[in-house]
Amino acid sequence: MKHELPKLNYAADALASVISTKTMEFHYGKHHQAYVNNLNNLIPGTRFENASLEEIIREADGGILNNGAQVWNHTFYFESFSASPKSKPEGELLAAIEIAFGSFDEFKSKFSNAAVTLFGSGWAWLVIDTDGKLAITQESNAGNPIRKNQKPLLTCDVWEHAYYLDYQNRRPDYVQAFWNILDWKVVEDRFRKSR
Amino acid sequence: MSFQLPALKYDYKALEPYIDAMTMDIHYNKHHGAYTTNLNSAIVGTSLDDLPIEEILREVSKHSAAVRNNGGGYYNHNLFWEVMTPSGGGLPTGELYSAIVKNFGSFDEFKEKFSSAAATRFGSGWAWLVWTGNELKVFSTPNQDNPLMDVSEIKGFPLMGLDVWEHAYYLKYQNRRVEYVQNFWNVIDWKTVNERFIIATNK
Repeated sequence: MKHELPKLNYAADALASVISTKTMEFHYGKHHQAYVNNLNNLIPGTRFENASLEEIIREADGGILNNGAQVWNHTFYFESFSASPKSKPEGELLAAIEIAFGSFDEFKSKFSNAAVTLFGSGWAWLVIDTDGKLAITQESNAGNPIRKNQKPLLTCDVWEHAYYLDYQNRRPDYVQAFWNILDWKVVEDRFRKSR
Repeated sequence: MSFQLPALKYDYKALEPYIDAMTMDIHYNKHHGAYTTNLNSAIVGTSLDDLPIEEILREVSKHSAAVRNNGGGYYNHNLFWEVMTPSGGGLPTGELYSAIVKNFGSFDEFKEKFSSAAATRFGSGWAWLVWTGNELKVFSTPNQDNPLMDVSEIKGFPLMGLDVWEHAYYLKYQNRRVEYVQNFWNVIDWKTVNERFIIATNK
C-alpha cells in the first residue's frame, strides 16, 4: 500500500498569524512529505507493506516505525487547525477535561507546560488513557500514544522545525499561539469517536 | 562556583556562508546561554557545585534530568564553538591524521562515516569523534548526551562534536541537514581537534 500525503483542509497561508506560510511549506511540503516518501521506500517486501499506519505504530521498529509514526503524527497535527477555529470545547469533552484537570484553563496550562518542557524533539499529547481518563503525556521524537494503547485526542509538535523559522528559541511563544488556531470541533469529534 | 558562557574566539558572521550570523547569535546567546543558566540553577547548593563539568557528567546517571540535559548542553556547545574556525577545513594534521587513516582506512572513509552519523541521528542530538582509550570511534548521541557520560553507549574523550539539533541549522538550511553537515567540513578546526587528540592520548 502506498501512503499518500493527505491534503490540508486550509491554504498554506491560512494560519499565518501563528504559523507562517514558509513554515507550513517546509513542515508540510518537505518534512511531512519526506516521512511519507521514506515510509514508502522502506516497506516494500516487509510485513508492513500493506499495513495501516496504526499497525505500523503498534508493531514496527526502527525506520519503519519512525517514519510511519511521523506520517500519522503530522496528519493528526495539521488536521486539528483552522483559520476560524472553535476556541473552546463544550459538552462531554469539556466535562471530561474539567474532571481530569480541574478546569479548561488548568488543562491548557498543564498541556502547555508538557509542550514547553519536553527536552529535544517530540510531541505533547492529550489522550484517553487505558483507564478511560484523560491524560497529558509527552513523547520523544516519533513517539505516539497508540503504541501504549492510549487514544490520542490532540497533539502539539515541538520538534524545532515546527516553530524555529517563526519563533526560534522561544518555544513558549509558539505553544501559546498554538491555542489560537486549534479547532476544538476537531478534538470533540475525535473524543466522540474514541469512546 | 558557577559556570560561565565562554567567549567565542570569532564573531557571529565569521563562519559565513556556512553558518550564518543570526544562527550563531541565537545559538550561542540564547540556546547555549540558557543551558549555562539552567545548569547553574540545577547545581547551586548541591554537592556538584564545585566540580568541573567533566566530573559532573562522568556520573550523570546519579543526577537529575536537569543536570544531564543542561550539563550536556553546556559542555557540548563549548566544544562545538571550540572546534570551528573561519580558517578551517582541509585535512587533519599531525598525529590525528595518521590515527584517522589507521582507524578508518582513509580520511574520506572517516568523513563519510561521521557525516552519516550526523545525518541519520533521528530527532535532536550530536555526532562525535571520540578517543575511547585505545581507538577512534564515530557515533551519535540523542539530545544533549555526550561520550563523557556514563549513560553513553560509547564512552571516551570527545575530540569533535557536530550539533544536529534543528536549531543549529534550521534558519539557513531548514530541512536540508545533509547540506549543513557537508558545509561543516569547511569550518572544522583540525589544529584544535589534533590538540585534543594529543591531550586524550597522553592521559
